[in-house]
Amino acid sequence: MKHFSRKQLSIPYVIFLVLFVILPLLVVLYYAFTNGEGRFTMTNFIGFFTGTNTIGTLIYSLMIAVCVTTLCLLLAYPVAYILARSMFKRKYIILMLFVLPMWINFTLRITALKEIMTAIEGNLAYYPFLNSVIGMTYDFLPFMILPIYNALEKIDKNLFEAASDLGANSLVVFLKITLPLSVPGIVSGITMVFLPSMTNYVVLDMFYNSTYIMGSLISSYFSAYDWNNGAMISLILLVIIFAITLIAGKFEKDEERKGAVL
Amino acid sequence: MSENIIELKGIRKSYDNTKDVVSDFNLEIKKGEFVTFLGPSGCGKTTTLRMIAGFELPSEGQILLHGKDISELPPNKRPVNTVFQRYALFPHLNIRDNIAFGLKIKKMSKEEIDKKVARVLKIVDLEGMENRSIATLSGGQQQRIAIARAIVNEPEILLLDEPLGALDLKMRQEMQLELKAMHEKLGMTFIYVTHDQEEAITMSDKIVVMSDGKIQQIGTAEEIYNEPENVFVADFIGESNIYNGVMTKRKEVQFCDAKFECLDDLPTATLTDVVVRPEDVNLTEPGKGQMNATVISNIFKGIHYQIVLQSGKNEIVAKSTKPANVGDTVGVYIEPDGIHVIPAKQHLNHFEGVITKYHTVEFAGGEFECDVTQLFPGSYHDDKIHLFSKDGERIHLTGMPVYVDIPVEYLDMSDDETAGGVVGEIVSLIYVGDHYRYTVRTESQEDFVIRDEDLWNEYDRVSVIIPPDQIKLTLRESEE
Repeated sequence: MKHFSRKQLSIPYVIFLVLFVILPLLVVLYYAFTNGEGRFTMTNFIGFFTGTNTIGTLIYSLMIAVCVTTLCLLLAYPVAYILARSMFKRKYIILMLFVLPMWINFTLRITALKEIMTAIEGNLAYYPFLNSVIGMTYDFLPFMILPIYNALEKIDKNLFEAASDLGANSLVVFLKITLPLSVPGIVSGITMVFLPSMTNYVVLDMFYNSTYIMGSLISSYFSAYDWNNGAMISLILLVIIFAITLIAGKFEKDEERKGAVL
Repeated sequence: MSENIIELKGIRKSYDNTKDVVSDFNLEIKKGEFVTFLGPSGCGKTTTLRMIAGFELPSEGQILLHGKDISELPPNKRPVNTVFQRYALFPHLNIRDNIAFGLKIKKMSKEEIDKKVARVLKIVDLEGMENRSIATLSGGQQQRIAIARAIVNEPEILLLDEPLGALDLKMRQEMQLELKAMHEKLGMTFIYVTHDQEEAITMSDKIVVMSDGKIQQIGTAEEIYNEPENVFVADFIGESNIYNGVMTKRKEVQFCDAKFECLDDLPTATLTDVVVRPEDVNLTEPGKGQMNATVISNIFKGIHYQIVLQSGKNEIVAKSTKPANVGDTVGVYIEPDGIHVIPAKQHLNHFEGVITKYHTVEFAGGEFECDVTQLFPGSYHDDKIHLFSKDGERIHLTGMPVYVDIPVEYLDMSDDETAGGVVGEIVSLIYVGDHYRYTVRTESQEDFVIRDEDLWNEYDRVSVIIPPDQIKLTLRESEE
């Protein structure tokens, strides 16, 4: 029987990569630095950083993302901690209960949440920021729980005993052992929640939200056939996301190197 | 005599209240002693250590430190430190911060911490390594850091849970000597857990041999080796020849079909176990010893020859500096002080049972056929179902409490789990001259002692077969 070489096996993905990642990226690059007539220009770039509308949206998006991520972290960490430390034999089932909502269609979930919040708030349009944060937190919470749970699960239980043997009470054990060793999970949880909450404007749309985040801004330019400005904003967002991922990745790697002993 | 630093009184531990992991554990340890808990895996030694450390709470009993009960105190409030089997070093901290962990909690000044860290690193022979990461260390070095991290706190008692288990042989032997030297230098009380008898003998002032959650013997290495209190200890510590024996008169015991003078003064006809160390078996001219035997193997072991002899059905292992020729007949001579006689346990295979039907009795978690007429002399079955006394009165059997005794020699085992009355697991086996002595434990935690010439493995699941006519029944007062 003939075996495929590694090169041959990678062909389908390389085709996919070129067609759907590299080519579109080049197209985005092209549009970002040209004007309507197809001539090279920097006006789109300068326009983004001088326009109050665009910068305001960026700041607003960042604020939402920070709030959502913080809220997710505060909700997820205790849950993950309790689950990971519980003696319950089938704790995986409880974990599934938290992850299960992800299997229900996104639109359906958000519609349900919308109904509940309308019942509470009356008119959703009064609290655009709060609603965005609540909706996204609800949506992204499992992405924070899972990595933190995995990181906590991985910690050698002997370390907790060793720490308390050396005189640490449970608070010190948490602050000096559990928390630092769960940083990789926190970092990947943050990456998984922060980035989508800057761009995912579907939640906002569903809540009749008139505020703009980065995703809605890009979409509005493209629907107005201003491809050049739309492409530039996409590119800038890409760079921001890339930088955040890079920083988080480095942070995580540092922790992992230290954590790779046992 | 200095006073006891720690006392364990009537300690019992069980996790689910059905089976005791540790029971009836009483021990006194003096300040500065090096005490070793020795036993096979699952004997409860680590659980006992964890109770001293505070990771487990005893289900019953007291742990007294300087006479004060600490059994309910959490680990961080106890003046003891542990060296863990898998080291349990903190992977996110460097060597200095690992060692300083306990000192920082005590809010010591930075200068003092640095001084102490440097000092213990010197003790464990890793000077100047403060800033190295844990990941760069070898197993032996990690072990030393684990020891340093514990002793830097100057605990009153240092607990060591098989600390050398993960090291290779040479490293282990070196560390044994180093630990012993460290113990002498520091003057701390060490409690050490191991399954390695050589390790225990090399290092300890006092050895606590454990099996099945119970203390089998407490003593110095010499006492335990020379005067084992039971067959388990004799078999576990060093090599031994173990035989069934019987006292023929005072200070004379018979085993292997020969009579031997011994030092133990037991009443005539006492059934005994006899332990003879291979180095106490002397080979002589045929007829000059207490018995004759044939040499069946002769293996060079470096400093001695291991010679296996056969006399009748019994095997005798001897150690000698001179080789023997396979096939030769030799005399076997054993000095009286080379023979160690232990009175055999009474009531082997004694159970409390209940009659279930006209011909069955339930005990040890199983149901066995038996002859119930032996309970009432002269009684008889009419139509094989009802029992009548000799006066013709009907006797109601169901639920009748009885004692059940079965002589060891009539029990049999089978790997067919449906063949016998109850299924159990072999929990121990000891070679006794010409057969093996097995302990089979049923699910209801009751033990059968069974003789068998074939070799089975520990943890084998077997069914216990008992011929109905060998089940001896006697009436028992009901508990109600």
